[in-house]
Amino acid sequence: MTAVVELPGVSKTSAVERRPSVTSRSERFRLFFQPIAVVVIVAAVVIWALTSDLNANERETLNLPTIMSLLGQHIVITIVVSLLVVAIAVPLGIALTRPALKWLAPVFLAIANIGQAAPALGVIVLFFLWSGIEGLWAVAIPLVFYTLLPVLRNTMVGIQQVDRSLIDAGRGIGMSAGGVLMRVELPLAVPLILAGLRTALVLAVGTATLAFFVNGGGLGELIDTGYKLQLNSVMYVGAVLAIGLALLVDWLGGIAERWLAPKGAE
Amino acid sequence: MTTSPTADVTTSDSPGVSGAEIRLDRVTKRYPNTSAPAVEEFTMTIPAGKIVVFVGPSGCGKTTTMRMINRMVEPTSGTITIGGEDALHIDPDRLRRTIGYAIQQAGLFPHFTVAQNIAVVPGLLKWDKKRITARVEEMMDLVGLDPGTFADRLPRQLSGGQQQRVGVARALAADPPVLLMDEPFGAVDPITRGNLQDELLRLQSDLGKTIVFVTHDFDEAVKLGDKIAVLGDRSSIQQYDTPDAILANPANDTVAGFVGAGASLKQLTLMRVRDVQYSSDEVLTVTEDEHPATVADRMTKAGRTYALVVDARGRPLRWVHVRELAGRSSLQQAGKPVGDSVSTQSTLQDALEAILTEGGRAVVTGSRGEVVGTIDITTVTDVIAGVREEHGVGEAG
Repeated sequence: MTAVVELPGVSKTSAVERRPSVTSRSERFRLFFQPIAVVVIVAAVVIWALTSDLNANERETLNLPTIMSLLGQHIVITIVVSLLVVAIAVPLGIALTRPALKWLAPVFLAIANIGQAAPALGVIVLFFLWSGIEGLWAVAIPLVFYTLLPVLRNTMVGIQQVDRSLIDAGRGIGMSAGGVLMRVELPLAVPLILAGLRTALVLAVGTATLAFFVNGGGLGELIDTGYKLQLNSVMYVGAVLAIGLALLVDWLGGIAERWLAPKGAE
Repeated sequence: MTTSPTADVTTSDSPGVSGAEIRLDRVTKRYPNTSAPAVEEFTMTIPAGKIVVFVGPSGCGKTTTMRMINRMVEPTSGTITIGGEDALHIDPDRLRRTIGYAIQQAGLFPHFTVAQNIAVVPGLLKWDKKRITARVEEMMDLVGLDPGTFADRLPRQLSGGQQQRVGVARALAADPPVLLMDEPFGAVDPITRGNLQDELLRLQSDLGKTIVFVTHDFDEAVKLGDKIAVLGDRSSIQQYDTPDAILANPANDTVAGFVGAGASLKQLTLMRVRDVQYSSDEVLTVTEDEHPATVADRMTKAGRTYALVVDARGRPLRWVHVRELAGRSSLQQAGKPVGDSVSTQSTLQDALEAILTEGGRAVVTGSRGEVVGTIDITTVTDVIAGVREEHGVGEAG
């Protein structure tokens, strides 16, 4: 992915009522059917696996408590990663659009680009070798590095694409620089920030399947066990759950974009 | 407003003026890495309660000059006082809350409702909620937007003209003595633009703010300005005078170029029929029920060839020539209908139009449409000649 920093003239106030486009209609359709499809398919696969004839090895992993605990670990990794990404990328993105720090933007974007361009597994393993820690943090910290870029870039673009005349108007009627940032620039950047976060979340869920390499648990463990012991049913459950979780997270992101975006903003 | 820095400034004594005088003294703006300053040694006094229009070509520095008054652009040197108070020694954010600011395309926050947009500055000044709500309604009424209909709308649900009204309401919400307007009507269609200009003049006649208005449209400057400053390169003042004086006697070629062709015609838009000596006794009016023979007799006595037939309430109907009266038993249907007439409120430009269509002389009517006199082409040409003489065109050669 390339770092798009400038989007010229995106928002112009317009008196025209915007009609729902084809894409927004397909988006609405997707928001409605995606979770239903995911829940139905995942439930079907899990029920099939749990109720089929299992040998001793399979029973070891394919039981509800184990699956739930691995799913829980996976979700915890995802939540920790996203919270850290928001906590780091949003303030950093804001700071890098301030006039005093603008010159630093290319530096940080380059670092974030490298983070994303590098293979996630490589980043995780390197971090493990370097730090020696295992478990949740051994996977969360490299994944933050890996998923930082979409949120950072979208925060910056979101703020930069706010019509300059709105900032001029805000300052001109006596709002402080901070007031304009909090009441005008950030709210109008929210849609793009959320879109970035949605991408980051999906990346995080996907790459969290690699957590088992550094003892971080997660659904990757199911896939790994299934592969090593040649238990296809275990692999199926692990893979389907990972995919289902990614789609659900994507769906939640879509819901957030719909409900948290300010009215009247593009 | 008691906490605002310009709340207790000296305002003009005349009633209805809430504005403050602005003085700029040798104000210069120099941007780094440029050889010539953007604005050089700009000195001007903007009288309290007046509209002063900065007009000049693009890039002449007129907007920069205006933006130095609220320090959106920080002057490199010079002093600016507003109502006697040094604007350069007040916290810029606090200063701006006491100066209304309206810009092209209104600059409304798209995610704020109309009411929220108008409430921004009162909110910054920490007015209590009730007062803000009342003020927002008052402002919406003032600019002609029904609060019940528009208060909760978002800017994109409004037309360009309505957005511009909200922009003006937002600028006026905290009752600032000074209003800065940067081509506020630049992005709307000509008809809406005319309406907005009329409305600004109506507001101003009630409010008496000191308004600095930037435009590149000279006709807009003539219509709105109490005084016009024609600016050239580096915001140099080419001429700073009443529209009248600038039209009659442009100070130099730059100003003349800006005034453009038809200065005399533009001047006619500045004067109204009531301001000039139209003839009130030369026309012989007769009513429809008078007998043609009596009328002919009166006309001969008065030495007139034409008489004006009016209805029972004195409103003009037809011009009748003395020859048409012979052999008639009634004035009904006699003569040529009056086409275009002007009221005492009309501009001389409208009057000229009527004179030309009516063939040299137009009927002037009063407030109820009754005939009060006539105006002819020599009246108009005399007025123009008079104005030009008054502003020293003859002496200047």
